[in-house]
Amino acid sequence: MNPSRRKFVKTALGGGLAATLPLSALKMLSPAEAHASIGDDKVRWAFVVDTEKCVGCGLCVKACKLENEVPYDAPVTRTWVERYVITKDGKSHIDTPNGGRDGFTSPKIRDEVIPADEITQAFFVPKLCNQCSNPACVQVCPVGATFQTNDGVVLVDRSWCIGCGYCIMACPYGVRFFHPVYKTAEKCTFCYHRISKGLKTACVQACPFGARQIGNLKDPADPVTKIIMTQRVAVLKSEYGTKPQVYYIGFDERVR
Amino acid sequence: MKNHAWRPFLVAGGAVALLLTVRANVVPSDFGVNGKNFTYGFYRKGAIAYWKAVKVKYRGREYCQDCHEDKEKAIMASPHQIIQCENCHGPAIDHPDNPPKLTIDRSRGLCLRCHALLPYPGTNRGSIPGIDPDEHNPKQACVDCHNPHHPNLEDMK
Repeated sequence: MNPSRRKFVKTALGGGLAATLPLSALKMLSPAEAHASIGDDKVRWAFVVDTEKCVGCGLCVKACKLENEVPYDAPVTRTWVERYVITKDGKSHIDTPNGGRDGFTSPKIRDEVIPADEITQAFFVPKLCNQCSNPACVQVCPVGATFQTNDGVVLVDRSWCIGCGYCIMACPYGVRFFHPVYKTAEKCTFCYHRISKGLKTACVQACPFGARQIGNLKDPADPVTKIIMTQRVAVLKSEYGTKPQVYYIGFDERVR
Repeated sequence: MKNHAWRPFLVAGGAVALLLTVRANVVPSDFGVNGKNFTYGFYRKGAIAYWKAVKVKYRGREYCQDCHEDKEKAIMASPHQIIQCENCHGPAIDHPDNPPKLTIDRSRGLCLRCHALLPYPGTNRGSIPGIDPDEHNPKQACVDCHNPHHPNLEDMK
């Protein structure tokens, strides 16, 4: 073999390119994977909670339980409202009786009466599933019974869930629980049956004060997208890297 | 090779064949990577249809006003216009077919959700007209005197 200069340069360049080509470029994608990675889905559901508007009536919790057939008197709920009362000595008093299902009708917090002139701040924080972009609960499922839809909602496959409870432990926000009737993991679905028909979620519809809103993050004209783009919003526990998609207006550092 | 030397291979092959047969029968055909990747999108596609098929129970004011136009007009002229009918009257589901009659929540507790005074700064709760439930006619139903569709104090019963 008597290599010419041209041949040597050609081989060296080709070999160099081949060596630097990442393995992932050669991976075969299923059509669904390719579709999802391009991201041409027209919808990505996101939620905005305005804690300044919430008055702690708990009608959202009641509506959620009835709409989604969550056992009404069992101590489980897909969404709940927390009350934070900060006193002059810097202490936080936090409670959520029955998840706020019957509202907050007494100034007593865990049988403790806090005098009005001791209160520096007091507010209500509605909580629900954050429908994370990187949901830790989905990663840990050993059987593929929980997943993220292409429009960003994390769902549980009740017929496939074995009830091991890993996802309930993995969620940093504690939004998952064990369904007492179906004996599977249960969580907020953003009322998938409603939003996929163009309705608002039950909690959004039930809120008289507009403290809850749901919208499509991929539509720049959507009111929710506009709030997230233009106002000061924060997410819960961003340090976990789960990329939550429930945005809070009037966020406080004491809220965990 | 002697016959007995092949036996372990036959057993192993049989086990693999059994596993594949069971898998083909137990794992649904729509199970696989249906989402953006294996980590988040490995699931049974039928599960999405399951969640979409859940029955809608809260139908919203638009559904109620088709028949109860007079009530809708009254409530829309009052400060209670922000409250959905179903928050007090219960989810409509397929009313009037099913259920023919809704269970109305006339309890004191329902009103107190907003009207028990909590003087909390940082929320609007303190600016809603409120009472101390232990002082203001305790044990009496609010609706005995107040009309929730005409909540102003001039229109009291």
